[in-house]
Amino acid sequence: MVVTTQIKQFESLELESGAVLSPVDVAYETYGTLNASKSNAILIVHAFSGDAHAAGVDAEGHTGWWDNQIGPGKGFDTNKYFVICSNVLGGCKGSTGPSSINPATGQRFAMTFPVITIGDMVTLQKKLIDSLGIKRLLSVAGGSMGGMQVLEWAVRFPESVASAIPIASTARHSAQQIAFNEVARQAIMADPDWANGDYYDKKPPGRGLAVARMVGHITYMSDESMRQKFGRRLREENGIFEVESYLRYRGNQFVDRFDANSYLYITKAMDMFDLANGAQSLVPVLAKSRTRYLIISFTSDWLYPSYQSLEIVSALRRRNQDVAYIELTSNYGHDAFLVEVDEQTELIRGFLARTQKEAGKK
Amino acid sequence: MKGEHGPLVHELFGRGDYGLISEIVEPGSCVLDLGCGEGELLAWLAEHKDVDARGVEISPVKLQKAIAKGVSAYQGDIETCLADYPDKAFDYVLLSQTLQEIRYPLQVMTDILRVSRRAIVAFPNFGHYSVRLAHLFNGRAPKTKLFPYDWYDSPNIHFLTVDDFEILAARQNWQVERRYFLSGTREVKSLPNLMAEVAVFVVSKR
Repeated sequence: MVVTTQIKQFESLELESGAVLSPVDVAYETYGTLNASKSNAILIVHAFSGDAHAAGVDAEGHTGWWDNQIGPGKGFDTNKYFVICSNVLGGCKGSTGPSSINPATGQRFAMTFPVITIGDMVTLQKKLIDSLGIKRLLSVAGGSMGGMQVLEWAVRFPESVASAIPIASTARHSAQQIAFNEVARQAIMADPDWANGDYYDKKPPGRGLAVARMVGHITYMSDESMRQKFGRRLREENGIFEVESYLRYRGNQFVDRFDANSYLYITKAMDMFDLANGAQSLVPVLAKSRTRYLIISFTSDWLYPSYQSLEIVSALRRRNQDVAYIELTSNYGHDAFLVEVDEQTELIRGFLARTQKEAGKK
Repeated sequence: MKGEHGPLVHELFGRGDYGLISEIVEPGSCVLDLGCGEGELLAWLAEHKDVDARGVEISPVKLQKAIAKGVSAYQGDIETCLADYPDKAFDYVLLSQTLQEIRYPLQVMTDILRVSRRAIVAFPNFGHYSVRLAHLFNGRAPKTKLFPYDWYDSPNIHFLTVDDFEILAARQNWQVERRYFLSGTREVKSLPNLMAEVAVFVVSKR
């Protein structure tokens, strides 16, 4: 069955900055069937460059970004659960973002798009969930930037979240994570084609965006996975290293599917995100949540190292909140959350089954 | 010389100590199992006694199985994980057949009694007659049904007896609320320090 991304429009969305977007679009897909009591809904929140197309195959033949985890009999079993995934606010895959037309001017927003936050993304998702008549999500799950949204959901809408699955994520970026994002942003802005963001009717800043993506890909892999995948092998046709060829290919491919201004806005939202809002301790903010947690990290993930997950786990323990945590062994670095299927499937399946059982009792 | 005449103990997953624990723990209580393994005891308690079940396990392979059973377990070291918890966070903390394996058992026991109303501690009794006989007749580190390891690859680093635990409890002024002694699937009613293979103590702070 071909899946189609749908668009829902809301009259307006007030942002944390005070700015108002009106109207605002959210692109989303759903899989499985919502039950009569509307108690089997799971929201999947995507990582930085993801979109609403999380599972199944679309009209162009593209498979969803987390199709190995969402579907009949999979970790998020669509025979049991109704799974929703939406494109984030600020994105470029159907939800309102810098490449959208500003109704006030008839022009693209570009750099006049207001500053957005992870909290704004979550508020828009909440509007979508409300519009579907869902009072309480059985789970909110996602990796990397998705994990940040998961945490934000749990503390912002505690009554609406029965369980939370943040994977390979953090409650706030470290200096290193901000640094990599800043290099990527500077690569985009250093490209003359960026033109202060006004490139929509011209040539987009492809070189800068490709370099930004190359940096990203390095941070998503690990020393071990790069050695295994590329080593020092050369490509015969042009004599460049396999790893160079791979990064160029990935960089150029990205230019065709992603908007440079979205890159700037979304990475900034990630960098500014701090679940504790400047406080040292995560304990008080996490204490607001009424949620079971399953937290997963990966041994070789140096972009979102396990200590960041452990900080959350430790804070939850301070109030004896319900948390399962595991650091899975993997060589795939940050990418592990998308490629290590079997272990995560087993964990997610068991965790969700228990959550559903307990939710049924209440 | 076996305790054949004691009452039979109900076993759970082939273990008498699990059987006892499953009877002691009240429905609806909050339980932390230190060294929960694959989580079978906690999953059983959650299922049958509506227990809020939490676990700590150091082996990632076992931990994964525990979480897959729906148990809220996390990867951690028994000796350090308790520091984060608030006082009296749990009704019961379980330490089943692990006391003899941890480096600082007194510290761990003290932490348990801070974070929990009660501790249920089960451990193999090094005072059992078979251990004494093996030691006496072979003149070597005892290797018995109860302690099947060679000295160089044993996880056990403390060799405590029923009496040792009683003495420690008295010194620390812990209240031993209940004590059970097992030999196979039977309860031992006399000479526990000699006859018990496994001891189960329910301990609280006075």
